[in-house]
Amino acid sequence: MLAKRIIPCLDVRDGKVVKGVKFEGVRDVGDPVELAEIYNKQGADEIVFYDITASYEKRGVILDVVRETAKRVFVPLTVGGGIKTVDDIRNTLRAGADKVSVNSQAVQNPSLIKDGADIFGSQCICVGIDAKKIADNKWTVFINGGRVDMKLDLIDWVRKVEELGAGEICLNSIDADGTKEGFDLPMLKAVCDAVSIPVIASGGAGKINDFAEVFEKTNATAALAASLFHFGELTVGDVKEHCRSREIAMRVK
Amino acid sequence: MIAIVDYGAGNIFSVKNALDYLNIDSVLTANEKEIENADAIILPGVGAFPAAINKLHESGLTDVIRKEAKRKPFLGICLGMQMLFEKSYEFCESDGLGLISGSIEKMEKPGFIIPHMGWNKLEYGTDCPILHGIGDDAYVYFVHSYEAVTDEKYIAAWVEYSGHVPAMVYDGGTVYGAQFHPEKSGDTGLAILRNFGGLIK
Repeated sequence: MLAKRIIPCLDVRDGKVVKGVKFEGVRDVGDPVELAEIYNKQGADEIVFYDITASYEKRGVILDVVRETAKRVFVPLTVGGGIKTVDDIRNTLRAGADKVSVNSQAVQNPSLIKDGADIFGSQCICVGIDAKKIADNKWTVFINGGRVDMKLDLIDWVRKVEELGAGEICLNSIDADGTKEGFDLPMLKAVCDAVSIPVIASGGAGKINDFAEVFEKTNATAALAASLFHFGELTVGDVKEHCRSREIAMRVK
Repeated sequence: MIAIVDYGAGNIFSVKNALDYLNIDSVLTANEKEIENADAIILPGVGAFPAAINKLHESGLTDVIRKEAKRKPFLGICLGMQMLFEKSYEFCESDGLGLISGSIEKMEKPGFIIPHMGWNKLEYGTDCPILHGIGDDAYVYFVHSYEAVTDEKYIAAWVEYSGHVPAMVYDGGTVYGAQFHPEKSGDTGLAILRNFGGLIK
């Protein structure tokens, strides 16, 4: 039985983790490599680095982070943010990432998905999507960190993304993000019904029950959270233990 | 010294990283002599079968690999495991290394997501030295759309995914194949690689 995955996401700027991170025994709370190791020890099934470095000159820094992490953490690593070209994908994978996540760039240039999948395989192309509800059972896709409405229907877009060869979708709900009131179940259900590739739930996790609920009520294969884990409110291990107690398949370690 | 065969396919650095982490000596190589002199061999691989097997042929290493695989511990990983078999039907029919009898066929799992991607739990079959001590409740990481079809006697471990999917194959001698990625399978994967390193006399 395939286990459901719990994925912590680290926002990284100029090689440092953004947002205060509280962990006991951590020397440098801003070091993404050290935090990745901690998540790995907690049982994270995958680790995502989301690079929000603004300046182009400093883009290489995230690759150093990946290179160092790949020497110490032996679970799949995904890098998102700022990936614009096939060369960016190649460089990221060569640094030791197993997957890349493309978001705004994929909306503006869908051939990036197809080219990436054709060259490197669908398994390493994850498409990140930020979407917001506009009416009952209707959502549109936003880009640039949820600031720009592309007036693109979410369901049309996920079907297109699958057709172009994406291996996975990471679906972030702008409405749920930051609320801590649980994942956006209606949106996830609609997307899971529309495609047959794996869907990662993102945005809204606030309590332990939210994870079990998303797996019980939708076909999402993974759940992603950032600040909830960073602030030590919950550990990945807590979440997995709770899900297992509700008979959801989870990797122990 | 373990020779990690570098024939220009896939992310071989993660295998090297894992062996370095375990303090097991290894070298990335496409050199025939180095492969002959190594104590053990790992054949990694990611991507499509025909392209990978062609690259291996072009590298001129097919014969030395066939010969050495029967003489020292040999581990194929993911596509490297699939290449151990006689034939693959990915895109077209192509010949593999023929070290274990059987073929590679598309996974047909109605209602199940293909690729089979993520962590799945090992169930054990034929006794296999590198799975000793791995234990129950051990999950490993998979990404694949094709699977081995082979005699049950070669299946050392399988996972449940709308039926049994071969996870680890073993010829009973020196040839091992992991459909999953031990180098991405956390502590369980590292333990399997450590066991493989331990086969070196």
